[in-house]
Amino acid sequence: MTGALALDVRNVRKLFFQPSPRGPAGLLVLDDVSFSVREGEFVSALGPSGCGKTTLARIIVGLEDVAAGSVLIDNHPAGPPGPDRCLVFQHYALLPWRTVLGNVELAMEIQGIPKQERRERARRYVELVGLTGFETHYPHQLSGGMQQRTGLARALAAEPRMLIMDEPFGALDAQMRTLLQDELLRICEAMRVTVLFVTHSIDEAVYLSDRILVFSARPGRPVAELTVDLPHPRGQETTRSSHRFIEIRKAVSDVLAERTDYYRGDRKIDAVHHD
Amino acid sequence: MTEGTTEGLRPEADGLIYGLTPPRTDEAFLVRHPSVIRTASVLVVLVAWELYGRALNPVFLSYPVAIAGALVELIRSGELLQATLQTLRALVIGFAIALVVGIGIGFLMGRYRLVSLTLDPFVTALYNTPSVALIPLIQLWFGLGVTAKVIIVSMSAFFPIVINTFAGVHNTSQGLVDVVRAYGATARQISTKVVLPNSVPFIMAGVRLAVGRAVIGVVTAEFFTAISGLGGLVIVFSNAFATAKLFVPVLTLVALGLCLTSLAKWAERRLTPWKESERAAAR
Repeated sequence: MTGALALDVRNVRKLFFQPSPRGPAGLLVLDDVSFSVREGEFVSALGPSGCGKTTLARIIVGLEDVAAGSVLIDNHPAGPPGPDRCLVFQHYALLPWRTVLGNVELAMEIQGIPKQERRERARRYVELVGLTGFETHYPHQLSGGMQQRTGLARALAAEPRMLIMDEPFGALDAQMRTLLQDELLRICEAMRVTVLFVTHSIDEAVYLSDRILVFSARPGRPVAELTVDLPHPRGQETTRSSHRFIEIRKAVSDVLAERTDYYRGDRKIDAVHHD
Repeated sequence: MTEGTTEGLRPEADGLIYGLTPPRTDEAFLVRHPSVIRTASVLVVLVAWELYGRALNPVFLSYPVAIAGALVELIRSGELLQATLQTLRALVIGFAIALVVGIGIGFLMGRYRLVSLTLDPFVTALYNTPSVALIPLIQLWFGLGVTAKVIIVSMSAFFPIVINTFAGVHNTSQGLVDVVRAYGATARQISTKVVLPNSVPFIMAGVRLAVGRAVIGVVTAEFFTAISGLGGLVIVFSNAFATAKLFVPVLTLVALGLCLTSLAKWAERRLTPWKESERAAAR
C-alpha cells in the first residue's frame, strides 16, 4: 500500500486547562504526536483509556484546537471542520428528532447538496449498511447496533476523503461488535476509504487494521508502530484462529505491557478489554 | 380458553400460539371501557344537581335544565356568539404575539449569555408579578378596548413560553452540537438543525401551560372592563342575578379551554413525533 499521504499529523500538543489549588493548571493530554496515514489505509490508534485518543480524533476533525503542531489533510493544513473528514462517534450521536434517513442526510444538508440527490444518496448508504426497511424509524426505536450503522451511513454519505472512528463499537455487545467489524471491513474494501480507527481493544485493532499505532498513557504519544500483514478478506473465524493473528496479537500485547500503562494503572477504567 | 388447558398446545413456526384468549382480570372491563364509568359519573352528578338545584332559590344555584334553556336563548339572540368571538379574538392575537416574542427572546437568552444576563432580572421579576395586579395600569394606558385585552393575554402567556424556550435551548447537548460542527455547520445551521428542534418539546410544554394562563388572563381582563367578551357576560349576568344565564359563559369558557388545550396537545404530537413512545409510556 503505497499511496499519497491522506493524513499527516505533525508534533501535535494539546493542553486542557483546569483549576487547581495553585491557580489554573494545564493538563498535558497529547505530547508531540506525529504520524501519518496513507490513502486507502486502515490505521488503528490503540492505547489505554485516558490516553487522549478521543481528543486526537476531535483535533483531526477540527472540533478541538491544538497548543502546538499541525494536522495536514492531503498535504494541506486542515481547516475548520468540513465534509472532507467525517467522525463516527462513540455514542452514535444521532439526532433523536430525525429518522434514519433524516440523520443520514444531515451531513449532505450542511454541504448544501440538493434535496433530490440527497435523498437518493441517503437511500444508497442506508442500503449499504443494511438498514433498508428502517428508513422512517427514529433512533430510539433502533438497537445500539442499528444506531451505529446509521452513524456510519451518515459519515459515509458525506463521501469524505477519510473516516475518523472514535471507539465506534465500544458501547455494543460482543456479538454486535464482531458483526459490525465485518460490515466495516466489507464497506472499506468496497469503497477504498481511508480510516483512522480509535480503540482500546487489542483484538479489534489487530482484526481490522493494516497498521497499529500504540499510544502511551497520558500524555498520549505513539510509542510503537506495528504492521498487520494478515491477508484480506478477513473473517472472524478464519482470521482470528490463524497463527499469524495470534502472533501479532501477542506482539501488540507485549508492546502495551512494556511501553504503556495498559496492564497497570487504574484497573477500574476497563483497561483490559477482550472481545 | 383458560390457563390449565394450554398444555397440549404447541407454538407455530414463529414461536407463537394463536387463537388464545388471555385470562380475564377483574379490571379488564374498566380498562377497556373507561368512558362508561366517566359518563356514569357525570350523569349522576348532573341528576343530583338538577334535583338539588330545583329545591333552592334559583338566584343561588341554577339547575342543568334551566341552564340549557338559557344557552338556547343566548345562542338565538346572538349574544353568546358575539361574546365568544370577542374573547377568541383577544386570545388568538395575544397568544400569537406571546408565541413569537416568547420563542424569540427565549432563544436569544439561551444562545447568548449576554442577552440572558441582561434580561434575566426583568423576566424573573415580571414572572413573579401576578399579572392581575398590572391590569388597572394597562387599562389606564391602553383603555378598555381590545388592545388592553390583547396585552394582558400576551403577558400571561409569554412567561411559560419564554422560560421553556430558554430551558430547551440551554439543554441542547454539546454532543449533538459537535455532530453538526464536525460536518462543518455554520452558527445558523447549528441553530436550525440542532438547537431549535431540540427545544421544540420544551416549547410545546410551555405552550400547553400558556394556554391555560391566557384563558385566565382574558377573562380577568374582561371582568375589569365588563363591556365585552365572555368575561363581560359573566359580570353582566351576575349583576342582574341571572344565575342560569351566568353559567352559560362560564361553561363556554370551560369548553374553550378544553378545545384550546386539545389543540395544543395535538400540535405537540404533530411537532414531536419522536417523543410518541415516551408519551405512550406516560399514559
